[in-house]
Amino acid sequence: MAQMNMIEAIKDALRVELKRDPGVLLFGEDVGKVGGVFRATEGLQAEFGEQRVFDTPLAESAIGGLAVGLATQGFRPIAEIQFVGFIYEALDQMFVQAARLRYRSGGRYNAPIVFRTPFGGGVKAAELHTDSLEGLAIQTPGIKVVVPSNPADAKGLMISAIRDNDPVFFMEHLNLYRAFKDEVPEGEYTVPLGKANVVREGKDITIIAYGLMVHTAIKAADELAKNGVSAEVIDLRTLVPLDIDTIVASIQKTNRAIVVQEAQKTSGAAAEIIAQINEKAILHLEAPVLRVAGPDTVYPFALIEDAWLPTPARIVKAANQTLQF
Amino acid sequence: MPNLTDEQLKEVMYRMVFTRTWDDRAVNLGRQGRLGFYAPVSGQEGTMVGSEYALTKEDFVCPGYRDMPQLVWHGLPLYQAFLYSRGHQHGGQIPEGVNVLMPQIIIGAQILHATGVAMGFKLKNEKRVAITYTGDGGSSEGDFYEGMNFAGSFKLPVIYFVQNNGYAITTPFAKQTAAQSIAHKALAAGIRGVKIDGMDVLAVISAVQEAAEIAREGGGATLIEAVTYRFRPHSMSDDATKYRTKEEEQEWTLRDPLVRFGKYLESKGLWSEEDTARVKEEAKAAVNEHIKKAEQTEKMTVAGLIDSMFETTPPHLEEQKADF
Repeated sequence: MAQMNMIEAIKDALRVELKRDPGVLLFGEDVGKVGGVFRATEGLQAEFGEQRVFDTPLAESAIGGLAVGLATQGFRPIAEIQFVGFIYEALDQMFVQAARLRYRSGGRYNAPIVFRTPFGGGVKAAELHTDSLEGLAIQTPGIKVVVPSNPADAKGLMISAIRDNDPVFFMEHLNLYRAFKDEVPEGEYTVPLGKANVVREGKDITIIAYGLMVHTAIKAADELAKNGVSAEVIDLRTLVPLDIDTIVASIQKTNRAIVVQEAQKTSGAAAEIIAQINEKAILHLEAPVLRVAGPDTVYPFALIEDAWLPTPARIVKAANQTLQF
Repeated sequence: MPNLTDEQLKEVMYRMVFTRTWDDRAVNLGRQGRLGFYAPVSGQEGTMVGSEYALTKEDFVCPGYRDMPQLVWHGLPLYQAFLYSRGHQHGGQIPEGVNVLMPQIIIGAQILHATGVAMGFKLKNEKRVAITYTGDGGSSEGDFYEGMNFAGSFKLPVIYFVQNNGYAITTPFAKQTAAQSIAHKALAAGIRGVKIDGMDVLAVISAVQEAAEIAREGGGATLIEAVTYRFRPHSMSDDATKYRTKEEEQEWTLRDPLVRFGKYLESKGLWSEEDTARVKEEAKAAVNEHIKKAEQTEKMTVAGLIDSMFETTPPHLEEQKADF
C-alpha cells in the first residue's frame, strides 16, 4: 500500500475511475492544466486529454447545469466547485436540478454526478472559502452527502460516489488535504456510502463527528482517557445516508453521547443526529445528547477562526457535562 | 422560404390547428379541475410548432414551462403531458427514444441543461443539436448568459430559442432590458444572434433549420429571438386585462400565425376551412381520449414517491414509508 495524503488519495480515486469508465468527465474552474487550486486533479488532463478533463468559464451555475445536461446523455460528470461558498451560485443546479432529476422523470433520467468542493476552517483562507454548508445539503431530498476524514476513506468514498447513480455532494476538508499521510489501498478500492466507522472503541461516552472534527474528537478522547474516561469515537463518513445503526449500537453500550460539528449549531447535521437518537435510543440515554458546534454567526474567516472552531477542550467540557449529568 | 414540400406545409398547418384546439380544450379542462397548472400557448403556435418541425427526432429539446407542444410533437404522448400538468410522475417518464427533458419550472435552468446535452453530442461526435426555450423574462436570468457563454467558449451545437411574447407574466418587455433586442445579447457570448417574426411559422422554420445546419457542421450556437404574443393570460390564474390593453390584444390577433399561414396555404390551394374543421374534430377527439387515459392511469402513492428519490431507497426513507 502506498502512503498518501488526502489530496493524493482523491487524485488517485479520480484517476482510477477516469481510466475505468470512459463516461467519467472531470471539469470546473482551473482543474485542467494546473490541476485545480489545490492540485487535486494535477496531471489528469495530461493523462486523459482535454475532452475528459477540462477547465470551464467561471460560472458555478453553468458548471452544475452542464453536469446535469451531460448526465442525461449517459456521462458521469465530476464537477468541481472551487470553494464551498461558491456553491451558493450553483444551488439550483445541485440541489434542485440534479437532486430532482430522478423524481421529475419518474426514473427515466438520473444524475450520477459528484459535486466536489473543498470546505472547512482553520487554514486562514479568504471569506466564504471555508464555511461548512453540509446542513443545506442534508435537508435537500435526492442528494447524498459525503465528508471523508482521512486519505483511505477519501479514496474509497470518492470511487463509490463516482459509481453511484445519484448525485453526491462530496465535501473535502481543506485542513485535511495535506495534514498527514496514511496507507491507501491501490486500485479499485471502495468504501460504501452510508457506513460509519468506529475509529476508537470506548465504553463511557460516544463522540460522533465527521470530517476534520473526527481528529479533534480523537484528541478530546485522548484527554478524557487521562482522567480515566473511555470515549468511543464514530466517524460518520457520510451524512446522507446516515448510519444511525452504528450510532445506536454505540449508545446502547455507552449510554451517553455528544455530537461535534464545525458548522453553526442550529438545524445542522448534529441536530438531525440527535433527533434520530431520540427516536431510536432514548431509553438507553443517561443524559441529554449535547452538541459541540460553531456559534450561529457567519464564519469568521482568518483572524478569529481558531477561537470559533470546536476544540478538544470544548469537547472535553461537553463530555464531562454529560458524564456528570 | 424553407424548402418544404406541399405535404410538409400541410403538416405544419395541421399541427398548428391541432395545437390551438388542444389549447382551447386544455383551458376548459383546467377550469373543470381536470388539469393542474397549465400555461396557455395560443398565439405561439408559430414559434412552438415551427421550431420543433425544423429539427430531426434525434435532436434534443430542453423546454421551459410553456413548451409542452414542442415535447408532444417531438414524441411525448399527449396523455403524459396531461399527467405532468396534474402532478403525476408518469408525465415525466419520457419514453425511450423521445429526446426531450420535462418542462422546466426554474426559469433559465434548462438553458444550462441544453448546453450540457450539446456538449455530450460534441464529445460523442454525434451530429445532433440541442434546442432550449425561454421567454423574454428568461433572457434576464444569469443562467441565460452563462449558458450562451459556455456554448460560445466550447463551440457547442445548441440553439437558444427565445419566444419574446412581450410580457414576463405582467412585466412588459420595455422593463426587461435596455438592450435593443434580445438577439443582441448573443454578441456578448460570441455566438450568432438573429431576430425573427415569430408569428410567421415559415420564418421560424427557416431560422431554426439554418441554425441547426450551422451547429451540425461545427459552427456553434445560435440565439434566436422570435417575436410573438400569447393571446391568453400567463396562466389560468392570471388576469391579462390588468396589464394589456384590448387594442393591443386585437392588433396581435391580426397577426395570428394560424390565420397568416392558413391564408398562404389557401392561396396555393393547399388548405381550406373544411380542413381546419376536420383537424379541430380530430384534435378534440384526441384530447378526450388522452385526458381519459390520463385519468385512468394508476394513481401515484407516497411510497412510490419515496422509492423514486434514489436508485436504491436508503434505510431512513424505507422507514418513513411505514407512515403511508
